[in-house]
Amino acid sequence: MLLLAVDTATPAVTVALHDGTDVVAETSQVDARRHGELLLPAVHKVLAEAGLKLDAVTGLVVGVGPGPYTGLRVGLVTAATFGSVLGVPVHGLCTLDGLAYACGIEGPFVVATDARRKEVYWARYDDFRTRVSEPSVDRPADIAEQVAGVPVVGAGALLYPEVFPDARGPEHQSSAALASLAAERLAAGAEFLPPTPLYLRRPDAQVPKNYKVVTPQ
Amino acid sequence: MAADEPLVLGIETSCDETGVGIVRGTTLLADAVASSVDTHARFGGVVPEIASRAHLEAMVPTIERALKTAGISAKDLDGIAVTAGPGLAGALLVGVSAAKAYAYALNKPLYGVNHLASHICVDQLEHGPLPEPTMALLVSGGHSSLLLAPDITADVRPMGATIDDAAGEAFDKIARVLDLGFPGGPVIDRLAKEGDPTAIAFPRGLTGPRDAAYDFSFSGLKTAVARWIEAKRRAGEDVPVRDVAASFQEAVVDVLTRKAVRACKDEGVDHLMIGGGVAANSRLRALAQERCERAGIRLRVPRPGLCTDNGAMVAALGAEMVARNRPASDLELSADSSLPVTDPHVPGHSHDHDHVHEISKENLYS
Ligand SMILES: [Zn+2]
Repeated sequence: MLLLAVDTATPAVTVALHDGTDVVAETSQVDARRHGELLLPAVHKVLAEAGLKLDAVTGLVVGVGPGPYTGLRVGLVTAATFGSVLGVPVHGLCTLDGLAYACGIEGPFVVATDARRKEVYWARYDDFRTRVSEPSVDRPADIAEQVAGVPVVGAGALLYPEVFPDARGPEHQSSAALASLAAERLAAGAEFLPPTPLYLRRPDAQVPKNYKVVTPQ
Repeated sequence: MAADEPLVLGIETSCDETGVGIVRGTTLLADAVASSVDTHARFGGVVPEIASRAHLEAMVPTIERALKTAGISAKDLDGIAVTAGPGLAGALLVGVSAAKAYAYALNKPLYGVNHLASHICVDQLEHGPLPEPTMALLVSGGHSSLLLAPDITADVRPMGATIDDAAGEAFDKIARVLDLGFPGGPVIDRLAKEGDPTAIAFPRGLTGPRDAAYDFSFSGLKTAVARWIEAKRRAGEDVPVRDVAASFQEAVVDVLTRKAVRACKDEGVDHLMIGGGVAANSRLRALAQERCERAGIRLRVPRPGLCTDNGAMVAALGAEMVARNRPASDLELSADSSLPVTDPHVPGHSHDHDHVHEISKENLYS
């Protein structure tokens, strides 16, 4: 088995290879504005490090968000295209689940990433493998009560220390964690999400106002 | 069709159409398009985020459909071309990302090409190789430009462009004032056929002796038409929709064709190509034909399906890049929403050595 995992739902452009037992190679760069430029070179880098070629990949793993729109789509369309050419499955995982798996906390906690516009994407976990709420997007102050008393993991937590006093790392998503989680789930025969984006927000679509009169009244 | 002509797949996602075309040299093999225009209609214009979402959904299925139609194997392709710009940033990014993944997975060269140059080059699929130089008038909802193309792969020169609205935008806006829906071009064209183009004398923008010879302006026309309609409405009179449509359309195509023919004469160019969505307009085609004939210029206008945004035009330019040995793009290729028209393609930075360039020498299927 060789899994290629990519995630571009957060400022991190992160890619990893997993052989079913271990992470074989991984690379992460944090640059929220250059997902499109960085992803393919990163894929090439992990494959070259492992001495492998893309056609050795038996499955793709992709973080489906939630995440700000533009970058998120880079990972998804890349995974979908690889899946189509290679004829291998594309497994979707919630991006927040990767951060949860990476933190390794055994008890209840929350993962929060930066949703911009003064909001966070977040979900609750019973332990690092078990998400117990659907991902949501909210203002930190609006969820303060719900998350009180448990650690909050991720950049969304670290950004708002006044709301999340027990903020913890890791700050950024890693495809290594995402790939490890996927390998575990594949071995256990667990389900994956479809490789389609979790936007959680409606598109910003301004309906133009009714036709404006141009003649001065 | 010679088997040794380059076989290229082209991806276009600069606006609201997800286009994938496949060509061999100047022969069209497939032109698959998925459009999100209906989703945008209720907003009266293209909503960038809606377009980007639709591109992501349609991308892979449209590629697969194009391959099936062309009846070729992806492994036989000589290159993957993609619109690198100009266009909507988020929309371009979906196509560019897909093209990179596709080129990498197949180990084929990638060509990031210019959307406007592609609009010109598509005519090769209809009328054979472009004469050099070719004068091109590109008119759509997004662009109104006059371009001189001595070499479509390397040398495209801007002669003039709109200083405010694109021609297609003016059609959309007037259609909105007349409550005709979106997009406005086809419905105005249809109604204009039953109207009198000389009924109302709407202004011809930038046609004074001291105005820029090849630039366009449609904003003043748009306002004049809207004022005229409002005056009628305020007076409680019926608006003669067909006459307004015909007179407005006449004002647009009169200026477009007059300036295009003048540019040809001034530059001594005997071929005029018209492309872009507005090139589907029947009156523009007719008047251009009439004026070109009178001036001894040969007019080339592709069929309407090739004038609107599509993947075939990108593939056509990509095939020309391969045929002329232009350098490929690299895997860091950016989607550039304001890519200048003077860059027909975006070659890679082969000087600063990078491991990524080594891949083109490897065969992933070896
Ligand atoms: Zn166009």
